[in-house]
Parts: sequence; C-alpha cells; structure tokens
Amino acid sequence: MKDTPLSNCERDFLLKAIEEKKRLDGRQTYDYRKMKITFGTDYGCCFVDLGKTRVMAQVSCELVAPKESRPNEGIMFFNIELSPMASPAFEQGRQSELSVKLNRQLERCLRNSKCIDTESLCVVSGEKVWQIRVDVHMLNHDGNLMDAASIAAITALCHFRRPDVGIQGDEVTVYSPEERDPIPLSIYHMPISVSFSFFQQGTYLLVDPCEREERVMDGLLMIAMNKHREICSIQSSGGIMLLKEQVMRCSKIASVKVSEITELLNKALENDKKARKEGGRCGFAESLPQERITALKMDETSVEMTDVREKANDIVQKADAPPQKVTSPMVPVPGVGQIGQGLQNTWGLEDDEDDEYDDEEAEECDSGEEQEKTITKMEEEQHQKEASRAGDVINISDSEEEEVVILLPETQDKTLKKTWTSSHQKGAAASKKRQKK
Amino acid sequence: MMDVCGSASVTLRDFGCEQSLLSRPDGSASFSQGDTSVLAASYGPAEVKVSKEIYDRATLEVLIQPKVGLPSVRERSQEQCVRETCEASLLLSLHPRSSLTLILQLIHDDGSVLSCILNAACMALMDAGLPMSCLFCGVTCAIDADGQIITDPTAAQEKESRAVMTFAIDGTKHRVMMSSTKGSFSVNELQQCIAVSQKASEKIFQFYRDSVSRRYSKTL
Repeated sequence: MKDTPLSNCERDFLLKAIEEKKRLDGRQTYDYRKMKITFGTDYGCCFVDLGKTRVMAQVSCELVAPKESRPNEGIMFFNIELSPMASPAFEQGRQSELSVKLNRQLERCLRNSKCIDTESLCVVSGEKVWQIRVDVHMLNHDGNLMDAASIAAITALCHFRRPDVGIQGDEVTVYSPEERDPIPLSIYHMPISVSFSFFQQGTYLLVDPCEREERVMDGLLMIAMNKHREICSIQSSGGIMLLKEQVMRCSKIASVKVSEITELLNKALENDKKARKEGGRCGFAESLPQERITALKMDETSVEMTDVREKANDIVQKADAPPQKVTSPMVPVPGVGQIGQGLQNTWGLEDDEDDEYDDEEAEECDSGEEQEKTITKMEEEQHQKEASRAGDVINISDSEEEEVVILLPETQDKTLKKTWTSSHQKGAAASKKRQKK
Repeated sequence: MMDVCGSASVTLRDFGCEQSLLSRPDGSASFSQGDTSVLAASYGPAEVKVSKEIYDRATLEVLIQPKVGLPSVRERSQEQCVRETCEASLLLSLHPRSSLTLILQLIHDDGSVLSCILNAACMALMDAGLPMSCLFCGVTCAIDADGQIITDPTAAQEKESRAVMTFAIDGTKHRVMMSSTKGSFSVNELQQCIAVSQKASEKIFQFYRDSVSRRYSKTL
C-alpha cells in the first residue's frame, strides 16, 4: 500500500504558515500536543496518546543464560514494531529505514544510558539472568513516533513487575504472581526524548511535529534527557547545520518539557497504583470512553439455551451416517506403516501400463519380506538395465541409483523412495521399461 | 457424551466497542469481551502490488500482531480463519485489482481471542464502509471436564476445558461461516455448541445494531 503523496500546495502552505509562526493545529512553537497515558490489565502494558499518535508498549521477562562477556548482568531487548496499522506506508516484516532509526534511537536512549539496573536482574551469575523485553507497537502515526515510543517504553518499564525468585543453595524457584507479589524493576532515572523539527535550513524550529510537519521538515534533532537535566542521547538527522546556540537553546527547552512529561508520567503511575490497590478492574477495556457516541458497552448477558438439545438431536438424526472408519495402520516391518492398499498409477504412458502396474506392486508396502525381495530384484534389474542402456539412451537424470546398496529393513522406506522417484524422472523414460522377471 | 446442557442459560461476558478511534486507517474499531481486547484497523480499497492483484476481485490481506514477539504460526492460522470469513462476507468483486488490508492488534488475551478478533474485524470493516453481503460475529464455546457448555470462556476456563470451539456466524441466516476447534468432542456436542453459538450470536448482532444506531443517531 502506498501512502498519499504530499501535494505541492500543501507543502507551500505549511512552510508559509511556519514562517508566520503558525501551526496547523494552532499550537505555539514550543507546545506539545495533549498527552494521555493509560495502562493495560497486566503489568508492563502502557498506551501513550500524543495528540492522535498512538503507541502501545508491553514489557515481558524471561529467564535466559547471560551473555559471555557479562555473566552477572541481565539483558534488555528493545523492539519497535512499525505496524501497518499506523500508516499505509509501513509494511509488515520489512525493516524500513525509519524502523531501523527508531530502534537504534530507543536503544541508545534506554540501554546506553543505563537507566535500568541490570545487575539486579541477575539470578545465578553466569547461568540464569532475567531478559527484559520491551515491545513497542505503533498504532497510529500522526507524527513524532520517537517521543511517544520513548515515553511508552520508560512508563511500561516503570509499571512492570517481574516474578519473585527464591534461591536456596543450587535450587532456584520462580514464584507465580499468586504465590508472591511480583517486584518492580530498579530504575535509576527516566530518559525521555524530545524532538525538534527544523525548517528553512535551521531558521525555524518546531517542537513535537505532527505528521504533515514531519513531511516538510528539513531535519530533526532528538534530545533524550532525564529530569535531572542530564542529556542521555542527542541525535541530529537530515543534514541541517546547527549552530551551538541553537543546540543549547533546544536542550534548555527539552529540560523544561522533560520535567513536565515526567510529572505527568508519575501522576499516571500513581493513579494506576491506587486503582489497582482498590481492587477495581483496570485495563484497556475499562478505559473505553463511555460518553462518546462511537463507543458502546453492554453488560454481561445470558443466552437462552432451552431448546438447544432438541435442535442438536434433530440435526444429528437427519444427518447422514458417518463414513466407514479407517482401520488403524498395519506395521509389516518396524519403521513402515501401511493403511489400506494403494491405487493403480494413472500417470504413465499407455504402452507401459503393465510395467507400471508391476512397478506399483513392487513399490507398495506389502508384507516385509516380499517387499524386500521385489525391491532387491528391481534393483538388480535396474543395474543390468543401466549397464545395457549405456550406449542407447543418454540418462540425464541425477538419480542416486548409480550406486545402489541393498539396505537393511529399517531403511526400507528410503529404498522405496528411491525407486519411486525414479519412475517419475523425465529423462529416465527407459526406466519405465523395467521388466519384472 | 449425550447430556451436555446442564443449566438453562449460559452467559456472555460484558462487551464493549469503540469505532473510529484511529485517525490514519480508513476504518478502525476496538472490541473487548471481558478483559480480552483486540484493536482492528482496515485500509482499502487501495493500490495493490501487481504480483498480488486479482483481475476481478479485491485482494484481502489479514495481519494479526501479537503483543509480545513476532507473529508466529499461531497468528498465521488465525489470519487464515479471519481471511476466509471476511472473503465470504465482503463483496470483493466490487473492487477489482484493489487491496483491502485488515490489521488486528491483540491488546490483551483473556480467552476467546479468535471470536474477539472476528468481532473487531467486522466492526472495523463496518466502520470503513466496505460493502458486505452479511455481517459476521465470532462466538467461542468450551466444553469443560464435566461436559457443560460454556460460552465466551476466560483463559482459565479454556485451560481446564476438554474442547474449545470458535464459530463465525453470519448475520442474515445465522449459519456457520467458519469453525476452528481444538480438543475432542462428539458429533452431538458439536451440534449443541453450534446451536448455542447461534443463540449467542443474536445478542452480538443486536449489539452491533445498537452501536451503529447510536453512532448515527445525531446525523440521521
């Protein structure tokens, strides 16, 4: 599927508006869109809505062997899925440039900044560590996927609880959530990325570009920072030349934004913790907006089943009798099973009908010893045939029949296969003329 | 086992649906049955790759994305079930040489996933306004160890049951469009489950009607 191309008049309109400090949705230059963070039913599932951009993150964990170079550290694995749902331009399975870029940026933002204490994920040094896997799915692409993804990832990591583990000597017990409360990950700081888009060779800048603005931008600057004003990662792409003052200004803006976002994040986590403690149901189903006209909810309903049994009996009685049950397989020789008798081969040429019939008989799974005899007979004949045929017919087949070895009964099916394939070779028309003595 | 229906009625969990929740896809819907939620989005009719085009019909593609990890064989078999149902109900010949894409994202799996996927798919196709000859819905039945039929089982109930069956039922004549079963059961049990599913599907179709009439109540 192709994405709708951007028309020239749209592009001109957007650029002109930006020059006049106007944005399509009426925001100011440094304004973020409305952000909403909700959580799913199980721990580690988080939805982030940044305006219309929608992203879902899920954290899961697994016990694996650690890396050789770091035997007492856990493993973090990040995966951003550009789902075809988010935009018609995204294709399933194809590692597009954008996907690689986002994945790499997220890894640098979260892994290289060491925001998670990986040593606490070690269970048995050198043998078992926790592998924490973060899957981020893009659900709707309306610009600024990177920011939404980074917020979703770090929120999901803060929300996640891993199972408790008990070690007694050599034994490691993993407790299920019902036995012991799962424990949260130890997170040092929360890096959040802020994106700046540049227009007209760095003259104008916009924070949190929407999809249209992203299409006409010249370059993008991504700054990942935490609330302690520490820069975790900076990435400038698009080939725009930025001055030092511009980068400093952007980092100041970023620190303000990051502190706002971190506050919102913490509030959302608090609310969720409170809701879970009260025991209420929480999750995607619960957060369905009720007052919208496009949403509807129906309570638990019961289904009447009074005449179901009669109806079913009716249908069963009227139906035809089931077909004859197939007898269970016969085992003539260990390693060979036979169900029924085969049919006559209807493929071959007409003058070879008799020969094919013989071939068929030989190739069927008959009782073991006869089979052995016929196979060996056929192989001997074939040997002779091929020896005499050498001058007559050019055998262009690449069959393995050249060196036939009489094998033991266990591998009978293998020899069987060989003789079978030989009858279907194109170049071996002569082999069809095998005569059975 | 002949005697299956012990109680006089079975229950469906509370379900909820929201349409048009995503701005990019042509049609989108989220469907929840209890805690199981699925988000569906549909694009189309749109341009199709020449290798995939069919000269007289639209090419339907179904993609199911699991929450964790990459799609595996399990998702492929579910995609097959959904694609067969959709191809039977969509009027594909109205859009030759076009593509219709249906993408489903599993949000949470608490049992009856395939029926939730079917329901979300139907609502997304409705939201996109694609022409269909009939609506369809999915109902999951499970036969537990005592031989009782349970509709819309949770994940825990599915684990304990002897057989789990999902049927896609069509909206006009309440016939079975697709069935996917797991476990062993007798012919009689199968027919009883089908009959129960047909009854349950009436509730779901009523829910479809209610949500659509609510949606267009301001305009019509």
